[in-house]
Amino acid sequence: MNSVATRNRILRTAGLLVFAALLVALPIMLRPGHSFTGTDDRAVEVISQMGTGVQPWFHPLWEPGSDAVESLLFGLQAALGLALLVVCFLGLRRRQQG
Amino acid sequence: MAGVRVAWASAAAAPNAMHIMEGYLPPFWAAFWFVVALPFWVVGFRRISRLVAEHRETRLLLGLCGAYAFVLSALRMPSVTGSSSHPTGTGLGGVLFGPSVMSVLGSIVLLFQALLLAHGGLTTLGANSVSMAIAGPLLAWVVWRGLRNRMSQHVVMFLAAAGADLVTYVVTSAELALAYPDPVAGFLGAFLKFAGIFAITQVPLAIVEGILTVILYDALQRNAAADLAALGMETRA
Repeated sequence: MNSVATRNRILRTAGLLVFAALLVALPIMLRPGHSFTGTDDRAVEVISQMGTGVQPWFHPLWEPGSDAVESLLFGLQAALGLALLVVCFLGLRRRQQG
Repeated sequence: MAGVRVAWASAAAAPNAMHIMEGYLPPFWAAFWFVVALPFWVVGFRRISRLVAEHRETRLLLGLCGAYAFVLSALRMPSVTGSSSHPTGTGLGGVLFGPSVMSVLGSIVLLFQALLLAHGGLTTLGANSVSMAIAGPLLAWVVWRGLRNRMSQHVVMFLAAAGADLVTYVVTSAELALAYPDPVAGFLGAFLKFAGIFAITQVPLAIVEGILTVILYDALQRNAAADLAALGMETRA
């Protein structure tokens, strides 16, 4: 019974992950080569189109010098978060087993 | 419009992000949202301090919720609308610890991104905190409390996490519409324009976040049942 329940849980989890991956991959498949501009860039365009003449009154204290550095830093954020998440999860699991 | 372009032309990496960008909220509104966020931060800091001091066993779950927000908010995903955005990861913490605690954890994520990634901003930290670190977790908490005894916990967790993700961007749209009402249609016209950018783009990402959160919560139910029970989370399907 336990093995059946475990197998069903694994299949359900795998199915959900595949569906999530498809949701992420579908836009890329439908629009190959598209730049997928960030929503805040588009919001700036809307603000500009409203004719407000707005310009930012404050600028970031520091900015990544290139797309590559920006991507690296986002990757670093994700990696740090994932590492902490795994450490915390394993700690919880160890506590339950112990 | 040319001024806007020049302002960002110096940044080789025009940010592809989803928060309100640095300097794009007028000073009044920037200050307003800080004032709104402040009580949540104060209550949140006190609650975290009390939790860590009196219930040390909650530190791991606290860390996990903060880490989850850290991970998900770093993942830029394309949307079928042709734009890209990020999930928020704040729904799980909102359910487990409530909006005041997540106001602090989520704001730490936002501060990190503002300082090191030029993603969001310091002047817009209040507004971005209200949308991502307060409104989202608050909705998750309300959804969980309202529905947890009426349907499967997994379904409720999905709704809470996806709803938190989506409401973040609805609130962002409202914040921008308040600051930049449409010259003709006013707040509502501007809100619909911004929501058309943010909220609709976010729908598939909210679904993805809901799925990932359910998977993580399922894993926590099997590996940290006692810790969840200590937070009043009864483990059942």
